[in-house]
Parts: sequence; structure tokens; C-alpha cells
Amino acid sequence: MAETIFEKSRTGRKGAVLPKNDVNVNINDCIPEKYRRKEQVKLPEVSEMDVMRHFIELSHRNHFIEKGFYPLGSCTMKYNPKSHEAFVRNNCLMDLHPYQPEHTVQGALEIMYDLQNDLAEISGMKNVTLQPVAGAHGEFTGLKVMKAYHEAKGNHHKNVIILPDSAHGTNPASVALAGMKVVEIKSDDKGMVDLEALKAAVNENTAGFMLTNPNTLGLFETQIEQIAEVIHSVDGLMYMDGANLNALLGIVRPGNIGFDVMHFNLHKTFSTPHGGGGPGSGAVGVREDLVKFLPYPMISKVEDHFILDSSHKETSIGKVHSFYGNFAVNVRAWIYIKTLSGEGLRAVAENAIINANYIMKKLENTFLVPHNHTYCMHEFVASGDWQKEKCVIELKDKGKCEIKTLDIAKRLLDKGYHAPTIYFPLIVHEAMMIEPTETESKQTLDEFISAMIEINEECIHHPELVINAPMNTPVKRVDDVKAVKDLNVRFKW
Amino acid sequence: MPYISNTDKEREVMLKEIGVSSFDELIANIPEKFRLKEFLGLEPAMSELEIAKRLFEITSKNLCTNKANSFMGAGVYDHFIPAAVDYIISRAEFLTAYTPYQAEVSQGTLQAIYEYQSMICDLTGMDISNAGMYDGASAAAEAILMAARKTRKYKAIIAGTINPRFKEVIKVYTEGVGIELVYIPAVNGVINPADVKNAMDDKTACVVVQTPNYFGNFEDMFEMDTVIHETKALFIAVVDPISLAVMNAPAEYHTDIVVGEGQALGNKQYYGGPLFGFLATKMDLNRMMPGRIVGETVDTDGKRAYALTLQAREQHIRRDKATSNICSNQALCTLAATVYMSMLGKNGLIEVASQCATKAHYLANEIAKLDGFELAFNHPFFKEFTIKTPKAATEIKARLLEKNILAGVDLSEIGEDNMLLIAVTEKKSKADLDAFVNALMEVNNG
Repeated sequence: MAETIFEKSRTGRKGAVLPKNDVNVNINDCIPEKYRRKEQVKLPEVSEMDVMRHFIELSHRNHFIEKGFYPLGSCTMKYNPKSHEAFVRNNCLMDLHPYQPEHTVQGALEIMYDLQNDLAEISGMKNVTLQPVAGAHGEFTGLKVMKAYHEAKGNHHKNVIILPDSAHGTNPASVALAGMKVVEIKSDDKGMVDLEALKAAVNENTAGFMLTNPNTLGLFETQIEQIAEVIHSVDGLMYMDGANLNALLGIVRPGNIGFDVMHFNLHKTFSTPHGGGGPGSGAVGVREDLVKFLPYPMISKVEDHFILDSSHKETSIGKVHSFYGNFAVNVRAWIYIKTLSGEGLRAVAENAIINANYIMKKLENTFLVPHNHTYCMHEFVASGDWQKEKCVIELKDKGKCEIKTLDIAKRLLDKGYHAPTIYFPLIVHEAMMIEPTETESKQTLDEFISAMIEINEECIHHPELVINAPMNTPVKRVDDVKAVKDLNVRFKW
Repeated sequence: MPYISNTDKEREVMLKEIGVSSFDELIANIPEKFRLKEFLGLEPAMSELEIAKRLFEITSKNLCTNKANSFMGAGVYDHFIPAAVDYIISRAEFLTAYTPYQAEVSQGTLQAIYEYQSMICDLTGMDISNAGMYDGASAAAEAILMAARKTRKYKAIIAGTINPRFKEVIKVYTEGVGIELVYIPAVNGVINPADVKNAMDDKTACVVVQTPNYFGNFEDMFEMDTVIHETKALFIAVVDPISLAVMNAPAEYHTDIVVGEGQALGNKQYYGGPLFGFLATKMDLNRMMPGRIVGETVDTDGKRAYALTLQAREQHIRRDKATSNICSNQALCTLAATVYMSMLGKNGLIEVASQCATKAHYLANEIAKLDGFELAFNHPFFKEFTIKTPKAATEIKARLLEKNILAGVDLSEIGEDNMLLIAVTEKKSKADLDAFVNALMEVNNG
């Protein structure tokens, strides 16, 4: 059990030390009594070594890319190059204030301008805003742009966004935040957009369609042209959720296949680190006539210098971030694109696709893969249904228990892997979404495949190992229900 | 290829195992006409060494605040950050970890978030904090949405003295849901509680007040409490976390929700991003909160463990009925804040706050002595204050920049051409402050 930092506190102990205050002013003369804190603030009193030991101890309780594989669908947990980290820890990037005069931040603006252009080239969009700081933030921004487009035309009634039932949960949540309504359509039996269902759902109120392509089953939407036609026929806009862009790099440009708006997850596709939940970057690209609605400022080039350009402020949706987005994250993505260029990005997609198909092929006889009628793109969705049917265990306190996908996922943790994305997409029972990414080697994939096959054997012959998993992790299976029921969200001391 | 492990030979073996003779067979279902025939038109690939050179050239065009005497603030501040902070957030165990959905292999991230939440609660005096938001502005916007959800009312009254960036983001976040925003104009650099009272009606969901406000002035939060809580509207405070080491904990003036920009806690300025927002509230509002929340629980052996909690609010479960679409929490930034607050501890943070305030007051006094310059307002302030300048503030700024001084943020954006907003942190020495005063004097004389 790791003690909290608060339990390590000893009155009077100190970490950082400041220089002696060399102005002769009394703090009580600065803050009138009424505004002074009544009870002293409580923060831990620990030494620098205490702090180091504490957080290093915590760090040992995490899975992370350098430790092991993340077969995590829709999340593209690829390797994060170390040069990026070294390069962004540069005072001329870290120590820039967002209100500095433009001529003192030309380097920063140049990188941002160049990244806007590179992402436009990669996506086939006209221009890109770097302001959104996360995928969901990008969705919200893109949806606001779509709304603005319709409103500028006086089409205030266009406020319905159609989504397939395989969509990420953020999609409908972002639609609601943007003040629009969601209509969900069923996928067809091949896991694709059901064109007939789409046609039936489309009407004059349709503002647009949000689609992940490849979709969340890892399949390219082969009828994308017809889908776009249906949506465009009512002046709807096509939004691409870019979570799966890794599969398309250098192979297909979303702007060429009918999409009008899309977000990038630079922390997925462009290898910036996830950080345990951010900071990421959710840049948004749009077709030409939508550029004027993007958040201000954009970065523009005037002759040989770069400016923060708010000339479209009147038509812009406004701002979604205080400043210019997660600049430090965007710099990393820029470095990544410079390193790989066109050929390298194409190789990323090819290797990601080969790796995913390889695992799918090797596991399809052991685990149900409901949509293996075609090759997958960079990920595929397996199911724990066979195991659930076959493997039942009698537990003392709970009676008969089936082995579920959750148990299989937890058993993977015991074997040194992160679990796949599970129970998503919602349209596959007991789903396990597996995405290896291009950075993993055949050797790692083979070991993972063996681990999965071994777990299947355990499901049959030693189900107790699976249902009680994980056992080799820093803590055993965590009680999520108690976390809600006996809510304890802060240390009281 | 960089960062791709497999060799041509391995790829060949894999394709064979898959049962295809070439990669193109795997993407045969993508309509032919959509498949790119050429590589993307990007500039040629560069090696790590070439990129290092390129970055050196590009970044040399920037003037960084560590090479200047900077007084820039207005929401983003240059505070001292102990080296220990970057050491921890650079560790791959935190840096490259995924969102902590798999609790058993994410205890490090989860416990760090729990400790962050605890520290935010201790700073603000509130009961519950979420795990972090995109920035202070979006945290303020989400707090308004939260208030609307709780009260089922759709009018927000906002102090005209809040940060203009917050105003912009609040507008974009709240217009879709149909929240009416009513701004209370500043009177002499603060808002008058009586004006708030007059603006409130039975449709008011919340009142948002920032202290210290955009000009650096303290608002009368106790009076706001009285006025706001005569009704059922929620009181949302926007605060500077550093100030809370010496200033009233927001719970003292009975706020319902507290938000703010957290960058000052151990995060570099990075040209304004990443930042992070904090959001804390009272326990009875917990199910209305946006964002991730970590709770303590146990594992099957009864050992202390941590997990994401109250997830029924969130998008992956509630979809379009979720309290927010957010699903990340700027985790590495909040980790930096947690390490920072641990390194400084109680006395260290009080010292930081005291040095900011005392140095800011020293500077303000010295500037006020200069001919032509005066303090714009006569209110108490913390680390930031507004001065009136004898010439346009933009001109003063430009002249000081020639002396390598980043003089602050001019308020021409809000129509005050002769006002300059000056921030002072503990990093400034008396010599830095005196150099600023001398430069102002020279500019005015010259």
C-alpha cells in the first residue's frame, strides 16, 4: 500500500527553498485583514527526497509504453520519441508568454503555421486550427463550425446530427454541448453505416453526419461516397472523428472522400504522449468555405513574418481555449511530421494495418471476430462471447459465474499487457478492441498472441486464474462499486 | 523508417501469414480512386540532428522570458518551478501512460490525481475537486453549465472584471445550451454588489466573480455571498491558486463552485498551452460535475486502492446526457501541480504568495512615485496591478522592450489605452523591480 504524500508530512520539513525576500514590505500591509485566509492552508511538509521517493513509488504502479504493449483500440498508443521531449524542453519554447508581441515569438508562430499547413496537406482540408486541446474539444469545435455554417445561411432549423450506433461516446456528448440534437442510426450486419437507415434519417433538419473512418470496428466505410452524397444532398456536412486517422496516413485524405470537417488527435496519430490523460491536442481541419468559422486567431503569414490573425473574428465561432491550444503538444507533433514526411507517414499506416491484420488472423480461431469478412484497417474488434458461453466457474460466494471479457482483460494485465479497449463499440457483445500500432514489432505481437491463446486455455482449464485476475499487479481487482458508494475523493487530515 | 520496428522480411512473413501477397490487397476495399498514388506533399524527412539544427534556428527568433525582465501575467504567470517537478513529469511512467481506466495498472496516476484533488480541496476549502480541465476559461464555462443543470435556470450573471479570455470561451461553451450571459460593468475597477443584486432575478442560475479580478483588484466576495445567497443562485468564484496561500479560502465566502487557471502551480508558460483548469465544489453538487474524478476504494484483498468514480456522469456511459463531453484532464499538468505543491509545502506556498504580494506592492509604490504614472485603482491587490501611463501603454511597452523588459499587458483591448497590467512573481529581485522603475522613468523623460 502506498501512503499518501499527506501521511508522509512532518511539521517543519521543507522541499524547495526560495531566495530571501529582498524587498522590505510586510505582507500584512498588502492584504487587508478581511481578505486574509483565516485558517492556514494545509499542504504536505516533506523534503525533496520524500517527494522523489513518493512519486517514484507511485510511478512503479503504472503501466506505460516503455514498459509494455498497449493493444488499445481507438487510442493509438504508439511509441513517443524521446527527441520530442528533449526538443520541447527548450527555454525559447517553455518561457514564452502568450501576450508577448508577435515579433518576439516569430519562431513559435512559424512552427504553428507550418503545422497548420502540414495537417491540411495530410487531411486534404483547406486549413486547420490548433486551438482545441483534446479530441472531444475538437469535436465540439467542429460541430460549432457546422452550426455556424448553417446559421450563416439562415438555416436555423438545421440542428440534428446523425451518428451511427458505433460512435464514440464523446460524439453525442459534444453534439449536446454544441446545442444540437442526436439521431442515432443502426449499423448494418457488416458493421458499416446502413445506407438505407441513413437515407431514412436524413431530412431538411439534418446539420450533418459524424463518422469515424475507419469506423470503430476498424473497417473502412466502403460506401463513403454514397454516404457523403446523401448528406450533401440536404446541405448537411460530413464530420470525421479522426481517432482512427493512423490507418489513413498517406493512403486516403479525408478531404478527398467527402468529409468537410475533421479533428485530429495529435496525441494518437502524431505520437505525442498521453500523459495519463492529457495534455493532448485536437486540431480541427475544414474545407475552404468553412475556414472563416474557425476559432480566432489563426496563424497567418504576411510576407516573411507570421501573425496571430483574427481578421475573421466576425464570422468565427469564437474561442475554445484561452490562447492558442496546447502549444507544447503541437510542437511535438510538428517534429514527428518533419521526421517522417510523406513516405514515413505512409509507412506508419501500412505497418499499423499489417500488424492489426496479423493479430486478427492469428486470433480468429480462438476468439470470435464478428466482422472478419474483410481485412481490417489498423484495428479490429474481437469478442469474449465464445469464452462466456463455454467457461463457467462455481464460486463459493457468488455461485455460477461466466468468464467475461472484463476477466480476460484483467488477466492480460497479469501477463504484462495493458488491456484492450473493452465493451466498446457498443454494437459488439463483450467487445475487445485491439490496435497494435505500427511501432510494435512482430516479436511483441507474437508474444501477445501467445498470451491471448494461453488465456483462452486458462478460461477452459483454470477459470479461477481468469476470474480472480489480476493477481500480479500492484493491487488486485479494484472495487469500483465501493469507489462510488463510499465516496472518498480527498484525503482528510 | 523511424519508429517502425518490423523489417521488410518480417513484413513479408506477416503478409504471408495473413494470406495476402501484397499490402495493397489489405486495402482493396477502399475505392481505387480515393487511394493516393503519390506520397503526401510534405517537406523531405529530417533526421534528429537536422531537426535539432532547424529548431535551434527557429527558436532563436523567440525572445524568451528567462532572458528578459518580464512582468507579463493576465492569466499566465512565470513562477519559479523546482527542478523536481520536471523530473517527475518527464518520467515515462507518467508521461506515456494512458488514461487510468485499467485501475490495477494505473495506481500511480490515480493516486497522484487523488492527491491533486485533495490539495485543491485544501487550497479552496471545498469538498470535492475534479481531476482537471482544459484551462481556467473552460473550467469557468463548465461551472456555468453545471449551475444551469443544478438550478434548471438559464441566466448567468458575470462580473465584467473577469479575464476577457474567459468571457470569450464562456460565450462559445454556453450559447449552444441557450444560457443568457449578463455582464455587470466595472465601476472603478471592481463590480458593485448592488449592481449584481439588481441584475438577479428568478431566472438566474449563477453569479461568476473573479478575485483578484482581471485588473488585479480584490472583489468584495463576502458581500457577493450575501447578495447571491439571498436567492437559490449558485456563487461561482474564479481565483488564482497561488493567492489562496494567503487570501481567503473561497469556502470562507461560501462559494458553491470554485474554478481557476492552474498553470501557475508548477507549469511552464509554453506560449499559453498546455494550461489546466481546476474545478471544486460542495459535496451535494458532485453528480453535476464535469470531468474525471478519482476515489479511494479497496482491492479484493481489502488493500487501499484508487479508481475513477462517479462515472455515470460521463460521456462513455451517458452519451448525449453526460454532464460534459470532456474525457481528459490535462493529467500531466495536474501532476506537475501536485509535485509543485508537495515540493513547496504549506510554508513554501505561503512564502511564494508573500513574496509575490510584497514585491508587487514595492513595485507599485515605486511606480506611483514617478511623475505621470499612478495606480489606476485604489483597491487592495495581490501580485498584479494596473497603472495609468502618461503615454499609450503600447508605446511604453515597445520602448521598454528595447531595454529587454516585457512590461506587462496593455489594456487597449478593453478600451483602456493608457493602462498597463503588471504582474510580479517571486522570481523578481529588488534589482529587477528597480530596473523596471528606472526604465519607466527614462521612457517618460525621453
